[in-house]
Amino acid sequence: MSGTKTLLEIRHLTHRFGGLQALTDINVDLKEGEIAGLIGPNGAGKTTVFNLVSGFYVPSEGDIIFDGARINGFKPHKVASMQIGRTFQNIRLWSDMTVLDNICISQYYHLGYKSGDAFFHTKKYREQEKKIHEEAWQLLEKFKLEDSALDFPRNLPYGIQRRVEIARALSLNPKLLLLDEPAAGLSTSDLEDLINYITWIHDTFHLTIWMIEHQMQVIMTLCNFIQVVDFGKEIARGEPEKIQKNPAVIKAYLGNETL
Amino acid sequence: MYITAGIPATVCRIRPGGQGNIIGGAFMTNLKKKLLVPGITAAVMLIAVLLACFGIINDYIQTIIMTVCINIIMASSLNIVNGYMGEFSCGHAGFMAVGAYVSSVLSLILFCPDNSITHYALLPPELSVLLFPLIILAGGLASMLASLIVAIPSFKTRDDYLAIITIAANYIITTALNNIPAVGASRGLMGMTGITDAMSAIVPIPWVFLWSMIFAALTILMIHRLMSSTLGKGISAIRYDEISAEIMSVDTNNMKLIAFTFSSGLAGIAGGLFAHELGFINPASFGILKSTESLVMVYLGGMGSLSGSVLSATVFTCLLEIMRPLQIFKWVIIPLMLILIMQFRPEGLMGARELTSVFPKLRKIFPDRVLEQKPRKLAAGGVK
Repeated sequence: MSGTKTLLEIRHLTHRFGGLQALTDINVDLKEGEIAGLIGPNGAGKTTVFNLVSGFYVPSEGDIIFDGARINGFKPHKVASMQIGRTFQNIRLWSDMTVLDNICISQYYHLGYKSGDAFFHTKKYREQEKKIHEEAWQLLEKFKLEDSALDFPRNLPYGIQRRVEIARALSLNPKLLLLDEPAAGLSTSDLEDLINYITWIHDTFHLTIWMIEHQMQVIMTLCNFIQVVDFGKEIARGEPEKIQKNPAVIKAYLGNETL
Repeated sequence: MYITAGIPATVCRIRPGGQGNIIGGAFMTNLKKKLLVPGITAAVMLIAVLLACFGIINDYIQTIIMTVCINIIMASSLNIVNGYMGEFSCGHAGFMAVGAYVSSVLSLILFCPDNSITHYALLPPELSVLLFPLIILAGGLASMLASLIVAIPSFKTRDDYLAIITIAANYIITTALNNIPAVGASRGLMGMTGITDAMSAIVPIPWVFLWSMIFAALTILMIHRLMSSTLGKGISAIRYDEISAEIMSVDTNNMKLIAFTFSSGLAGIAGGLFAHELGFINPASFGILKSTESLVMVYLGGMGSLSGSVLSATVFTCLLEIMRPLQIFKWVIIPLMLILIMQFRPEGLMGARELTSVFPKLRKIFPDRVLEQKPRKLAAGGVK
């Protein structure tokens, strides 16, 4: 499945919040088409890595190279328009806009018309809006969400909101999808569904997925490569089986005692 | 299926049988539907102007209608920033002032022979009919430029802090106007009736009355079009969650710039109309009280509801007029009503809804958003 081309390359990434050293010398190579995991205890700096990649912080040192272009310091919307999709730990849908609108807005980066076109309903405007809505409906159909298309997310069950959020991230047509704890708040019985769901997304949309997750079942089943961070430093990397047995990882998660 | 909670919303949003009309032919019906609202609006305006010409609508009623129109523009334009975008701008009257002064100065130097600035008119009075709307629009453009002093800080600042910046902007503008002798400083500027007289001399109809109605109608149309486009929904996305708007590729700075400049531009247009309605303006008329009045109308109508703003601007202006005989007690009763409304209906008259979702029958008149309905292909094959 994994190609040979490196999609995301992170070199010597270091980040400081004032005097606090949040990340030290993180290096990542994401191959096109793989599902990789980023794990570590709470507060290890995993989400900071995602926030740096998606442009919410500007790295103190180091380079982030996506698809051959250096993207450090890009604004989040610019990063998004380079087709990096992302979800959040807690659901961040626009809960008072319809599911359809939620999906349509992410077409913003290739909207192709200006506010003047919207005022005068020019041909360009009508064509673009039609295209955007058609694509949104198609995506909703793929995700079996057409029936909720005109509902407000706040009225939908939690599991469906999660699906809408992932569908929304995919409406960017991402090459790389960053999933920040997709299993958060799901019951153990839902985990199996989530695993199948992510596998389905990966196969259907041919993307590269990088995820942060605490649920070992999810990480171990899905990922073909895992990196572990603790206190902002990488402590291990490799195949899931090796990581499971790595003493440094066990120590970080469980403390000094051996099992 | 598991979806139960949102069903009422779905039911009232999908127009039964609507698709047949749009795709399945009946071209004439479609065209009729499209022209119905503009037709009615034009007819109402024409009748109003005719009635005014024959003296059936007297000057007093005309003034009230003009004030309603101006307040509609003020409230619905402020609603873009305070309602749709969820920011808190308290300096709307400042931008109204910029529009009022720029258009007044233009009409004075262009068409008023004995004005206080150049003392002669630059252009022949025959052109006044053509140039009047452009003068009003020029005021709007100037306000757009002035709004940059609010729009640019808004990239970094939000909520209460931005509210303070907007109040400051309002003060900067009125203080500046208070200290420019060329525009009359605190004594104000007068003589704008010169242009209205010039226009009436050519065609004797109440021009400012007509243009107030046209601009109010255009404002509503423009805001409706912007806010129902995917581009404009980016503005609402900022209100609900700015971070996810960014992550979904919405250039939030650009959207804020559009929202602030568009909203202030409309306030400038309202200012221009206001100046030509009264024929006299001074900086004191555009103080923080005027801004508050616009805020009241927005919150009375409901944040993020265009029909709410229109409704509340109309109700509020009419209430002020009806209570005029009560004199000072007016300012006891109106605030009391506001307190009661905010107590029992904090979301305003309409909340975030539009009239079409309260009265679904109105959808027959107002063309529905076709794109929000399930496409036929999907409807035929895609349903489980």
